[in-house]
Amino acid sequence: MDEIKNELRTFLRGHLRHQEIQDDDDIFALGYISSLFAMQLVTFIESRFDIHVDGDDLDFENFRSINAIDGLVKRKRISAPV
Amino acid sequence: MHVELTEQQLARQQEFAAFVDREVAPFADGFDRAEAIAPELIEKLARAGYLALTLPVEYGGEAESMITYGLLHEQVGRGCSSVRSILTVHTMVAHAIARWGSAAQKKRLLPRLASGEMVAAFCLTEAHAGSDARNMEAVATKTPDGFRLSGHKKWITAGQIARLYLVLAQCDRQPCAFLVERDTPGLSIHPIAGMLGVRASMLADLVLRDCQVSEEMRVGPIGFGFSHVAGAALDLGRYSVACGCVGIAQACLDACERYVGHRRQFGVLIREHQLIQKMLTEAMVGTQAARLMCYRAGYLRDKRDAGAMLETAMAKYFASRMATKIAADAVQIHGANGCSADYPVQRYLRDAKIMEIIEGSTQVMETLIANIGLDSRPALENPGVGSGPQKPSDPSY
Repeated sequence: MDEIKNELRTFLRGHLRHQEIQDDDDIFALGYISSLFAMQLVTFIESRFDIHVDGDDLDFENFRSINAIDGLVKRKRISAPV
Repeated sequence: MHVELTEQQLARQQEFAAFVDREVAPFADGFDRAEAIAPELIEKLARAGYLALTLPVEYGGEAESMITYGLLHEQVGRGCSSVRSILTVHTMVAHAIARWGSAAQKKRLLPRLASGEMVAAFCLTEAHAGSDARNMEAVATKTPDGFRLSGHKKWITAGQIARLYLVLAQCDRQPCAFLVERDTPGLSIHPIAGMLGVRASMLADLVLRDCQVSEEMRVGPIGFGFSHVAGAALDLGRYSVACGCVGIAQACLDACERYVGHRRQFGVLIREHQLIQKMLTEAMVGTQAARLMCYRAGYLRDKRDAGAMLETAMAKYFASRMATKIAADAVQIHGANGCSADYPVQRYLRDAKIMEIIEGSTQVMETLIANIGLDSRPALENPGVGSGPQKPSDPSY
């Protein structure tokens, strides 16, 4: 059940100088998100979880934390099952 | 691991090369002198499917791979960097719409971009916001009918001939992207002439004075115009520029190969002189290295790998510097002939220098790769990386 969160945690840790991030940490407030990383994150989410992020999904609340991204992935999988 | 093109990719590479040899390269010096490309060339590019190579089939594209897209841009770059630049910005905008646009925008605009009915231009840079594009001054004000845009965009490739502009502006101090059609009241277009290189890329200044656009012309939400809409476009643009630089380098090599094979000094062909051989060797190695970096970036892009953006930035950084060096050496090998209009190498040098400035200058790439690269490399490839101080805020692009 935590497969998505584990994958996200590993990705974020590998890309953010291996700092530990809690599931509800606000990654924007932590200052980790650059414009390039924001797109890298979208690319990772799409390829790893086989979903398509479109313009309607571009909401800061969808990317604010591991919990938020986990919720986005699950909603997308329900709306467009693979 | 296989580092080779598929049979299909090789076939398309030959097709692209034949098109460029027939329709682009013979006219490139003329385009450069006229500071304009032939209008019918856009139609030829469209008929060949090159304006929409990677777009979905349902919108008139060919849904081709990024590797194949890179092969096209290498070949067009070999023939004429101005044509390649126009092709690049057109596909950047089409890609941004395909990626983040609404269903209505895709349905209405992508087929017209694919057919060449509309040429598109990407409008981010301003007089006081080049590398520091985040601090652009163009403003979008919400109105009952949509948005009112005001601002001044500068150095806009294809600005003279475009019918559709993707304009970045601040809306309530948040970046936002808008589509503006050429006939929008308040939009004026001012051609730019006399540039150092890519002289035929039809540059223009755009002045927007209270241009009213509807809500339907906004691309992506307010706040995501820079990071995601422009970000996706610039990322593709860097890949295109990198591949185009491989084309410039190859064109230099081709020109040098012809020249050193008949030019004699001190009683022998100059290809026999060891200092000429040194420059030729560096050019061959540099070209091949840049080409392989582009292939890797394209491969990762096709895999939708999160590391593709960094690899693309690295390819752009390396290929643009390499192309400038090789073009400078090509002029050196040609001597006074290389400085004359009788040989294309002077154009290659002028064009190559521009590649170090557009889609993120060499210095911006150095900052970006250092700051983001150390963080973004997958842990598997860079064990031990991770210590060190918190990075400063990243450059704009």
